[in-house]
Amino acid sequence: MSTLELDHVSRWYRNVVAVNDVSMTIGPGVTGLLGPNGAGKSTLIALMSGFLAPSAGTVTLDGQPLWRNEHVYRTIGLVPEREALFDYLTGRQFVVANAELHGLSDPGAASQASIALVEMSDAQDRVISTYSKGMRQRIKMASALVHDPTVLLLDEPFNGMDPRQRMHLMDLLRRMGGEGRTVLFSSHILEEVEQVARQIEVVVAGRHAASGDFGAIRRLMTDRPNRFVLRTADDRAMASILLTDASVRGTRLRTEGGLEVEASDFGRFSEVLPRLAREHGIRLLEVTPTDESLESVFAYLVSA
Amino acid sequence: MNTTVSPTIVRLGARSVFGRRRGVLLFLLPLVLIGLSVLVRALVGEDLTAASDTLYGLGMVVIVPLVALVATTGVLAPEIDDGSISYLLAKPISRHVIVVSKLAVAAACVLVFGALPMLIAGLVLMLEQPEVGLGFALGSLAGGLAYCALFSLLSVLTRHAVVIGLVYLLIWEGLLGGLLDGIRWLSITRWAGTITEEVASDLSLVTDLGPTYAIVATLVVIVVCTWLTGRRLRGFNLTGDE
Repeated sequence: MSTLELDHVSRWYRNVVAVNDVSMTIGPGVTGLLGPNGAGKSTLIALMSGFLAPSAGTVTLDGQPLWRNEHVYRTIGLVPEREALFDYLTGRQFVVANAELHGLSDPGAASQASIALVEMSDAQDRVISTYSKGMRQRIKMASALVHDPTVLLLDEPFNGMDPRQRMHLMDLLRRMGGEGRTVLFSSHILEEVEQVARQIEVVVAGRHAASGDFGAIRRLMTDRPNRFVLRTADDRAMASILLTDASVRGTRLRTEGGLEVEASDFGRFSEVLPRLAREHGIRLLEVTPTDESLESVFAYLVSA
Repeated sequence: MNTTVSPTIVRLGARSVFGRRRGVLLFLLPLVLIGLSVLVRALVGEDLTAASDTLYGLGMVVIVPLVALVATTGVLAPEIDDGSISYLLAKPISRHVIVVSKLAVAAACVLVFGALPMLIAGLVLMLEQPEVGLGFALGSLAGGLAYCALFSLLSVLTRHAVVIGLVYLLIWEGLLGGLLDGIRWLSITRWAGTITEEVASDLSLVTDLGPTYAIVATLVVIVVCTWLTGRRLRGFNLTGDE
């Protein structure tokens, strides 16, 4: 059982702040590190894997500093985001080399077990340069698991995987977490994270925006005010009808035509809107959510 | 500083050097040296001045440093460039062991593609005086090792190690080293030349530079640059593509 601890960690590059005063504790089980691209997820993983010094604060693994401490790699398995591997080796040679570098007593057997775990046994004797993106990801996983680490850090592991490989990796991560390992993976896709992780840490613009189990994060993300643009047969009448319902916080007629609606309860609004339109005989021509993008969800979380 | 060598890193390093296109250069460079030596020998005959000019001007100033540059950057720079060095660094191994293991590969290249061809070229040019070839081989080995250590440091300091290394060789060691006498105190090639003179006493390559200074300076560069490379790797920053 291992615990990663970030205590008021900041990291800046000259005058650009990549990570801003982040404190979090990553314990056993699967944790998802969620955030839009450029939010600082990779920087956080680099800090947690000892590949970056914090500009301020401390990053420790079971009380041991990670920076300039190669001994921590006995317990850490790292799957970097970068594609580059030792392309001139076969998958098996690559994993065996990793096992040897860990000083394992039987590198061959450990490699076979690890390769089998990621279902790469059939392709293990092919040169890595011929691998697909998903296969590269899996051989990277095998190399990270070969020494049976208690901590597994994965940077955007699902990138480039087809749905079947994705399901398989999700199963594998769940199993690892279930065994009591501390598994942390980053992603910018909420659905991906909530399928695997019980605990989710949300990072936006270098700041720790939210933390909790997936239910709490999902509520935070869906219970926010939602904005829609409606085009109806009678916008003015529709506006006044909608205002009678508690799920609608405000409406505005747009000069260019159409109706802007701010709903405070997305679930109720999506049920009420078609019913009210039908009851009053107003035809709905178009319903467009205006702030559904993940970035706007994250922006809301930061301002919340 | 732990100086053991990791056979796995040596094996990976050797494949990294010879698995890339630039590895061909390691075979071509000594062929050029030996080929030109054969030509000089055929045209001039066994002549100490011609032999000395060829072995020093071409071999020691150009071929050996280039072999060291190609081998050292080939073993270190690509992994740093593409980030795959993280697979070596995410291991419970001393960073000095990683550097020494990689330098062992580069040193072997200097021996096989630098020092040994210098010995062969020396024998081709001066069969009557084998100490000339031997001197140049030993001097090249010493200089080549110092270059490897220097270029390994360069590889972990900058992503433009090859270009900076070439500029350094051309401007500092080649151009300025030939024009300004004082540069001999800070020139690996001149130190290597002085070590060569110690073995082949008939040669006159570098004036006014003691062998003790040359040997100590070469050793200092090897040890200090190797240690600094390991130290730099220990604090290696690796971030994702963000």
